[in-house]
Amino acid sequence: MPPLLEVKNLKKYFNTKGGMLHAVDDISFTLDAGKTLGVVGESGCGKTTLGRTILHLLDVTSGQILFEGRDITYPKKKELMKLREDMQIIFQDPYSSLDPRQSVKETIMEPLLIQGKLSKAECEKKAKELMDTVGLAARFENAHPHELDGGRRQRIGIARALALGPKFIVCDEPVSALDVSIQAQIINLLLDLQESLGIAYMFVTHDLSVVKYISNDIMVMYLGQMVEKASSDELFANPIHPYTQALLSAIPIPDIHNKTKRIILKGELTSPINPKPGCRFRPRCIYATEECEQPQVLTEPLPNHFVACCKCSELLNNRRNTQ
Amino acid sequence: MNEAYRKKRSKFGEVVRRLKKNKAAVFSVFVLIIIVLVGIFADYLAPYPYDQQNYSLSFAKPSPEHWLGCDQLGRDILSRLIYATRQSLQLGILATAIAGILGITLGCIAGYYGGWVDMVIMRFLDIYQSIPMFLLCVTLAAVMGPSLRNAVLAIGISTVPLPARLMRASILTVRNQEFIEAARMCNASNRRIILKHIIPNAIAPVIVSITMTVGMNILAGASLSYIGLGAQPPIPEWGTMVADARNIMRDHAILALYPGLCIMITVLACNLLGDGLRDALDPRLKN
Amino acid sequence: MPDNVLEIRDLVVEYHTDDAHIYAVNGVSLNVKKGETIGLVGETGAGKTTIAKSILRILQSPPAKICSGSIMFDGADLMKLSEKEMQHIRGNKIAMIFQDPMTALNPIETVGFQIEEAIRLHNKISRVEAVRRACEMLEMVGIPAERYKEYPHQFSGGMKQRVVIAMALACKPMLLLADEPTTALDVTIQAQVLEMMNDLKTKLNTSVILITHDLGVVANMCDSVAVVYAGEIVEYGTAEDIFDRTAHPYTVGLFNSLPRLNTTERRLKPIKGLMLDPTIKPPGCRFSDRCPEATEKCCKQPPPDVEVSPGHIVKCWLRGGSN
Repeated sequence: MPPLLEVKNLKKYFNTKGGMLHAVDDISFTLDAGKTLGVVGESGCGKTTLGRTILHLLDVTSGQILFEGRDITYPKKKELMKLREDMQIIFQDPYSSLDPRQSVKETIMEPLLIQGKLSKAECEKKAKELMDTVGLAARFENAHPHELDGGRRQRIGIARALALGPKFIVCDEPVSALDVSIQAQIINLLLDLQESLGIAYMFVTHDLSVVKYISNDIMVMYLGQMVEKASSDELFANPIHPYTQALLSAIPIPDIHNKTKRIILKGELTSPINPKPGCRFRPRCIYATEECEQPQVLTEPLPNHFVACCKCSELLNNRRNTQ
Repeated sequence: MNEAYRKKRSKFGEVVRRLKKNKAAVFSVFVLIIIVLVGIFADYLAPYPYDQQNYSLSFAKPSPEHWLGCDQLGRDILSRLIYATRQSLQLGILATAIAGILGITLGCIAGYYGGWVDMVIMRFLDIYQSIPMFLLCVTLAAVMGPSLRNAVLAIGISTVPLPARLMRASILTVRNQEFIEAARMCNASNRRIILKHIIPNAIAPVIVSITMTVGMNILAGASLSYIGLGAQPPIPEWGTMVADARNIMRDHAILALYPGLCIMITVLACNLLGDGLRDALDPRLKN
Repeated sequence: MPDNVLEIRDLVVEYHTDDAHIYAVNGVSLNVKKGETIGLVGETGAGKTTIAKSILRILQSPPAKICSGSIMFDGADLMKLSEKEMQHIRGNKIAMIFQDPMTALNPIETVGFQIEEAIRLHNKISRVEAVRRACEMLEMVGIPAERYKEYPHQFSGGMKQRVVIAMALACKPMLLLADEPTTALDVTIQAQVLEMMNDLKTKLNTSVILITHDLGVVANMCDSVAVVYAGEIVEYGTAEDIFDRTAHPYTVGLFNSLPRLNTTERRLKPIKGLMLDPTIKPPGCRFSDRCPEATEKCCKQPPPDVEVSPGHIVKCWLRGGSN
């Protein structure tokens, strides 16, 4: 059974005044139906650009995207319209991702109306069903976004994404703008929907605690490059790449007895414009040597655990020795 | 303060409610409605036809038959003011409508498509705006012949750049909002996105501007009439009436004062309404 | 027994707008000891920022109105001081740093000048001396003094926040109010800034009120914690009290809705419902409509402050105490 989504050596560059911005640089991964790939990284890592490029909101610079075995890297207009029924997005900001002039019902109905397969009455009925699926009370159907709180607005966005029955949804930081207790409600909703509808997610976030909950596999990005990819449990148990280690140790844990020494990175992010070849984490890495100036190769030091670091076997040995 | 805690009302209802609180704006709405009604029902309201001359009544003082008295040709001033409402309103509303429709369309295209389309339209408007409005009006009037209709056209055409730029700026802001990307993800066509999503959300500042432009255009029209390029005699227009009183201002200033007051009240009402609309549509600006 | 730097008693703050009458802060009492870091934890709309701004009297009034209460600082009631006396305190004895570093700095002045300005406003010293002190502050926050003449746009988000912290601490205030100082920053930068803040406050012995919604940050930075819900402090105690002996149902709910890195549970336990509408003044406990343990008494009578163990205070009918 081929994977639902296969991305091979995907690149997205932007031509800016300062030079060529390498937003997404040579990313490859596969995603099976009904599973979740978490994509984590900090600002400037390219995770948002990656999601939008796969969905063709941005044009692909080079590489290949295969959906259900078909090559969809450069789709024609009709093909793209059909693709949108299978691949959807949930946005980060529940305030600006909804048209303030449309009611809840109209927002959810819109993709169905445009598709044109159902009559207006049938579209309305389907919209009400979707509201129920995402836990929006029926009494909100004529409400406008500004009357509702962030959690409810995000549910509208989810209902809209579900309208056309997609198989794959890019969740672009869907809970970052929400309060903690509302975050939990929305994450549970996404997990329930995945179980009942079999949707695959690409869950983009900077919040590592959230991503562990919801992902099967996690991919860590830094300045457009993939630095590590492994299953969720494996990544948290055995982070190998120095950046992943620093990232994980930087998360403030709500536990006053867990006073592990934090790895504090020195310096700041370098620019993704006209980057030098080799590892982009080099300026901040404590293990960096000249070898790091060569383009890094993705290796698999442990089964299904990929790392792009020339030092990874050393790091793995160090860890084994200290354990 | 959390937005969710505002009382639940439709967005339009909230705008109307905020507008109602602004007493000046409410008053202006009444004044404008009255002025429009006067213009529409001028035939029934005016006691005399506007061109009925009677030299024996020249400069007559206000009396029960002639509430505001008569002008130098014995015409009833009140009737002329009433009929003049039509012309002045035409100048204000029609000219603004022309400028609005052309301007909004140009602004939409420039704002939405961007790139070289935007650049071409913007440079065109730059050149356009470098021609002084009055010169344009005078030239057009000279070429097409002086008449109210040509004055309306001239003013309309020369005030296109303002709504065009406002619309473009507004669209540039709305265009980058995520709900536009969301509409693309729903396979919405460009046409649908512009008409259904962008314009309704971008039009607010343009509405404010247009309301105030009505007043501005009435004034512009009055100025054109003053120099003889607007409504032609004997059709009354507030500006022409002021012009007619030009030579006798020292002894009979009141003849210029009445039409002047009408212009002032109408333009002030438009401006107060525009201010009120701006506050109602975006209450954050006031604070 | 260490002195109290700040004592807030029965603070009541309301917002009077055309739309509504909002009960933002409903009788808050709080003590801050010298050299202590106290965390003010709560979700959006709980009233934490309002409390902080009330201390400095920088609420926009109208629509805000401080209805009653006293705030004792350095022997005087801040509520009773004149505006001129308050100016002497702001930036000098009590400083505040805000959430968004992007807009906290004046873009047309150099960063060095902005720190210098803060110093000269409160100290009658020569320009040369002020510049020297400003350079010292820059070095203290980890920015090389050579960057004195640079402008805010030349700094990244994390660096800007350091400049803001330098400005705030330039006059060696007794109390620092930090409103979500690291929320807008990436997690590795957050780790850097928090570490720096920890060093500085120890060096300068400044008391800190740290406002945050992130319990992880609280665990790492705070000695005491006050949990704020719907304008009231529902639980107060040392960090151990709050983390190890969590008492109030809301605090328990907050901890339960956090995605944890060290559990294998697949579903989060969010608190049902939404925070109370602040335009409503309920007869009983403000959390009763969402509390899984609520009784009839909870809905009818406002709960008292109960001391469940020395120094650990909970506002609840169901925790210790009698009747």
